[in-house]
Amino acid sequence: MDDAHSRHGPGAPEPGNGHWLYRPRTVNGIFWGLALICAVLGLADLFYRRHTIFAFESIPGFFGIFGFVVCVGLVLGAKQLRKILKRDENYYDR
Amino acid sequence: MIGSVSPGLVLILGALLVPFLPGKLRYAYMLALPVLAGLQLYGLEQGNFAQTEIFGYTLTLVRVDKLSVVFGTIFLIAAFLNVIYGLHQRDAMQEVAALVYSGAAISAVFVGDLISLFVFWELTAISSVFLIWASRSERAIRAGLRYLIIQVGSGVILLAGVTLYAQQTGSIAFGHLGLTNLATGLILIAFGIKAAFPFLHNWLQDAYPEATVTGTVVLSAFTTKLAIYALVRGYPGTEILIYIGAIMTVFPVFFAVIENDLRRVLAYSLNNQVGFMVVGIGIGTPLALNGAVSHAFVHIIYKSLLFMSMGAVLHRTGTIKGSELGGLFKSMPLTTLFCIVGAASISAFPLFSGFVTKSLILTATAEQGYVIAWLVLLFASAGVFHHSGIKIPYFAFFAHDSGLRCREAPLNMLIAMGIAAGLCIFFGVYPDPLYALLPYEADYAPYTASHVLSQLQLLLFSALAFALLMRTGLYPPELRATNLDSDWLYRKAAPALVRRVMALGGEVRDGAVAHAKRWLEATFLQIHRHHGPSGILARTLSTGSTVLWVVVLLGLTLLMAYL
Repeated sequence: MDDAHSRHGPGAPEPGNGHWLYRPRTVNGIFWGLALICAVLGLADLFYRRHTIFAFESIPGFFGIFGFVVCVGLVLGAKQLRKILKRDENYYDR
Repeated sequence: MIGSVSPGLVLILGALLVPFLPGKLRYAYMLALPVLAGLQLYGLEQGNFAQTEIFGYTLTLVRVDKLSVVFGTIFLIAAFLNVIYGLHQRDAMQEVAALVYSGAAISAVFVGDLISLFVFWELTAISSVFLIWASRSERAIRAGLRYLIIQVGSGVILLAGVTLYAQQTGSIAFGHLGLTNLATGLILIAFGIKAAFPFLHNWLQDAYPEATVTGTVVLSAFTTKLAIYALVRGYPGTEILIYIGAIMTVFPVFFAVIENDLRRVLAYSLNNQVGFMVVGIGIGTPLALNGAVSHAFVHIIYKSLLFMSMGAVLHRTGTIKGSELGGLFKSMPLTTLFCIVGAASISAFPLFSGFVTKSLILTATAEQGYVIAWLVLLFASAGVFHHSGIKIPYFAFFAHDSGLRCREAPLNMLIAMGIAAGLCIFFGVYPDPLYALLPYEADYAPYTASHVLSQLQLLLFSALAFALLMRTGLYPPELRATNLDSDWLYRKAAPALVRRVMALGGEVRDGAVAHAKRWLEATFLQIHRHHGPSGILARTLSTGSTVLWVVVLLGLTLLMAYL
């Protein structure tokens, strides 16, 4: 056990930070890679004609913008919901 | 093929033998049962069989048409996978309950009349509760009781509706019903309870996460999808279902985001997925109905797969709380992989099974001009990716390392998950065999540039939103907590109300008793005053004065006589 791990004490589980998937470089890489793919998908709308049923579907990037906005809204909304709905874990057992 | 016996009965009757078989023979037998039932199913010709007359009504135990065959097929696939997944356990109660429950659901799909439907409807309720009770904890027993009351209640409402319906129409045949009067309204409510309509839904999130590791997987496949089958059969094109379904797709998403128990998150997303099917039934065009049926078909597989992977985590680590998990991909790499396949399928990623079925419902909704319903479904599609597609695998297998180290899931679980994952990819890449099974005539091509690119855009921008919220720390952390849902009404509000009423009643009673006591005391006091030892009527008089009074009385009497 090297020094970086031994400060967690003997028998303590090895923290995952040593794994390549947890390194800041990897995490940043995943994030910016995802952003890049999104940008490409958004720009792709300019180069093909979407088969649509509703007129607003043909706005370039409609599905991307919609997905991004509703997901942020969903999470922030759910956070507010917690203020009303959250109770102690053993709420019903008492 | 055994005459015209229902494939469901093969499982129900077959299950009765299970407890008497030893070790390996029992496993082989349990694996053979769904296969036998499948042979029976595909040996049957189209039409009605096993009919009997009772009190002038015709009971049809076996009706074979395209709709019953497609649901029978997927239920048998699920039953087979469930047997494999549960092979490591040595619990005859669960093994029998799972087989009887699957058999009851399959029988219900094949019956042709409402009375037989009622019988198997109730049998699914009664047999399935043992999968919850098999957890053998106080919590599970209570949750199971609540589940049983609601499920049996659904059957009672169904019976009331069927009785009225038989009285009005003189028929108990189970065909198109439509929402036209009280009778069909009651039947719709009964179906709605089992399909977990909003405000009738909470038995699902309450009970499923309390069942055993295998129990939850088994439960997730049948009850709600039996209701979907019944709705497709009885209420296609009933407009109110579009709105009910749309609400069902949305509100569970919010609960799923803040829920900590990952099996409960999946229960919420089950609710959301069934909502898509309900919308499809409400739209009612051949394309929409095919969408609902095919979505039910693939949903059973990927939902089982997700519950299986979470079950494996629970089995190995002893917890399924998001706040306690994380980093398990190192210990359970195969489970992680299978979970991601399930997550991609439920999120409807191109090349995974959800994509080739959910888009049928969305397209049909748009074609019929329901703009708002369509936008709601689009929101729900992004939402389901968010909480089932990302949250489930992320918090269980990645996120911060919890330090939990365990062994990979048992081999039988891995095999079951592997087959389910294989089917998810197979139907996603090659949907033709699935489309060929569908009951209605409708053409649909899922893999067009428009479909694929718009879906990818929707999903990847949703993923970007998740990543951004995580990086900025805006994403709500997993917390050990209970979130109130509609079960609060009967678990807290109703008991509190009853206690209040009882307390109030107690006060009224105490008041009345006190009042009566005071009145009685006063009366007794009065009596005591006159008749008591010192009362005027109890006083003793001397003999002389008594004689005097007697003489006076006699004298008065004499006087009266002469007057």
